[in-house]
Amino acid sequence: MRNLASGIPFRDNAVRALNNSTLRRAMRNATETFAINRAEAVAALPLEEWRDQASELRLRVLDNLSDYVSRFEKNATRAGANVHRAKDSQEARGVIASILKDRSIGRVVKSKSMVSEEIHLNDYLEEQGVTVVETDLGEYIIQVAGEGPSHIIVPAIHKDRRQVGKLFAEKLGCEYSDDPAILTGIAKRVLRKEFLSAKAGISGANFAVAESGSIVIFTNEGNGRMCTTLPPLHIVILSIEKMIPSLADLPKFIRLLPRSATGQVITSYTSIITGSRKPGESTGAKEMHIVLLDNGRSQIATGEYREMLKCIRCGACLNACPVYRIVGGHAYGSTYPGPMGIVLTTLLDGMERAHPLLDATTLCGACGDVCPVKVPLPQLLRRLREHRVEEGFTPKMEQRGMAAFGTIVRSPFLFHLGQTAAHLLWPAARRLGPANALDRLPRPVSTTFREKVS
Amino acid sequence: MRIQLFGTCLVDTMFPETGEATVRLLRHFGVEVGYPGGQTCCGKPADSGGYRRESRKAAEHFISVFERTDGPIVIPSGSCASMVKNHYPELFKDNEPMRQKAEMIAGRTYELSQFLVRVLKAHEANLTGKGRITYHASCQLTRELGVREEPLLLLQSLDGAEFVHLPHADRCCGFGGIFMAKLPEVSMALADEKVDSILSTGADTVVGCDHGCLMNIADAIRRRDSAVQVKHIAAVLAEGLR
Repeated sequence: MRNLASGIPFRDNAVRALNNSTLRRAMRNATETFAINRAEAVAALPLEEWRDQASELRLRVLDNLSDYVSRFEKNATRAGANVHRAKDSQEARGVIASILKDRSIGRVVKSKSMVSEEIHLNDYLEEQGVTVVETDLGEYIIQVAGEGPSHIIVPAIHKDRRQVGKLFAEKLGCEYSDDPAILTGIAKRVLRKEFLSAKAGISGANFAVAESGSIVIFTNEGNGRMCTTLPPLHIVILSIEKMIPSLADLPKFIRLLPRSATGQVITSYTSIITGSRKPGESTGAKEMHIVLLDNGRSQIATGEYREMLKCIRCGACLNACPVYRIVGGHAYGSTYPGPMGIVLTTLLDGMERAHPLLDATTLCGACGDVCPVKVPLPQLLRRLREHRVEEGFTPKMEQRGMAAFGTIVRSPFLFHLGQTAAHLLWPAARRLGPANALDRLPRPVSTTFREKVS
Repeated sequence: MRIQLFGTCLVDTMFPETGEATVRLLRHFGVEVGYPGGQTCCGKPADSGGYRRESRKAAEHFISVFERTDGPIVIPSGSCASMVKNHYPELFKDNEPMRQKAEMIAGRTYELSQFLVRVLKAHEANLTGKGRITYHASCQLTRELGVREEPLLLLQSLDGAEFVHLPHADRCCGFGGIFMAKLPEVSMALADEKVDSILSTGADTVVGCDHGCLMNIADAIRRRDSAVQVKHIAAVLAEGLR
């Protein structure tokens, strides 16, 4: 008998979000804008062809993942980076903390990274006495608010400018304003000082290029470039499936990712960083460390959910998801929200914790339509629901009901009996049963269609 | 021409008038309608709930009932039609004889609006309608079956009715089968947004091809005390037979 109570309380979280009118308005505005921008950005392009090419390429990488990781490791090392392999979150955090500790660094600037969220890096570093300053504006906002990101590329999507104004006034002691330009200016002044004095910068990476050992970062604010070039030490935290074979493959993703994400034709900054600063070069970190996180991915890459690892973290499926759009990312209680988040969280964290997230989809299929690398999200979600049932993570009542369905559905006699019973017992069932659902359905009829037609 | 009608369990149990409208409509176009008596449910509720074993039992039963018949199988529901066409073959992917049977059945299966347009050319038949009509594009119909144009062609062809496009017509209404029972608050919030869209069109009738969505939407409309009518496409078209 499974204990279902250890799962993420998605329904409670969702109800709380639904009652938050500011959140709902902010979510609606933002996801609507992104969806419209995306549709405009991909119109009149050979999108299907691009998606197929990108999907094939990502599959090729997954087919030979360990080879690509080794090649990346060799080439990045040759370019002057120190590459560390971490099998899980704990190892990855440990490696990063000790690099900082060995150099007595107590304050770092950081560019947005979902993998760092996955390994709970900030909390760990703070425990070790290292102050982490997030420098992406959205990420900075939620750090000041003491929250986690609610979208994989727009971390503060759930907040409106008035909330940010109040937050800054309260926490930073500045004068209240809800003018985005003024608020951005305030953050800029704080962060500029941090950039100039930081001894280390931490970043993630959108892609890692096996052939050259380069890492690639797409950003819009330029903070990524500051974090990776101003401090003398640059630490990259990267999950292994981000590999692409060569730089020649990068344009496929430069054109797909921003268009899918925000509807931009290209992000403001595309940084390709190959190793540490070399003699004669005027910019770049003098010392570079790359932490390659596995955290179960090698295994996922060989299993039936491998296509999930094609994901390039654009967030298009979040913006398209009817459930995500109205409850926001925090309701998922996981690092990664939305359709890709449900699948990835279940694979990374296990069914025991993630099973309630599998309720958070209507299987409407909108996510599958927009995915730029054709991750078959609707199919993966349905398959995970099957695994959930096989592993016993559904309520006992539901299991019994479905077992009864399996018997009734094969017997027209029992089926008809069931219809009659449903008609007769409806008033009682509505009083006793799951009122929330039954109340919304019409009463079964006394004379069914089969009786009328035959 | 003779077809086999799969009524769907929802129509059978809750909306028999839609079944009757479907029969009237098909007969109007000279189609002889068979109704295999042993039919029950396609298994979609078990399938989307993750109950593969039960889903397979439903599929086996459906196949055993319909393999004894000939001709096209017509289903007045996008999600049931998609279950038969897309999911049945997958359910038996490791049982080759059954998979072949499932493929045969899938090949014979049409969703109603698909059959009306592609086979019967009903959109060229000058059916009549009335009022201001809008259309909700249900998820499996649109995205799994790829039936996007057919219902529009039918509704836009109605003489005497005005058709208005629904904003975000193909956005999920929040029904999702088992979803509405498991996350009722989220389901209702989504249905509410759908109703907002419907009301914004000024339509007096919203039409769909799936009773699951339609009853979810009808409930949300009732809660608004709105007079907008919610109708299955079969009912709207049957009303317009001259």
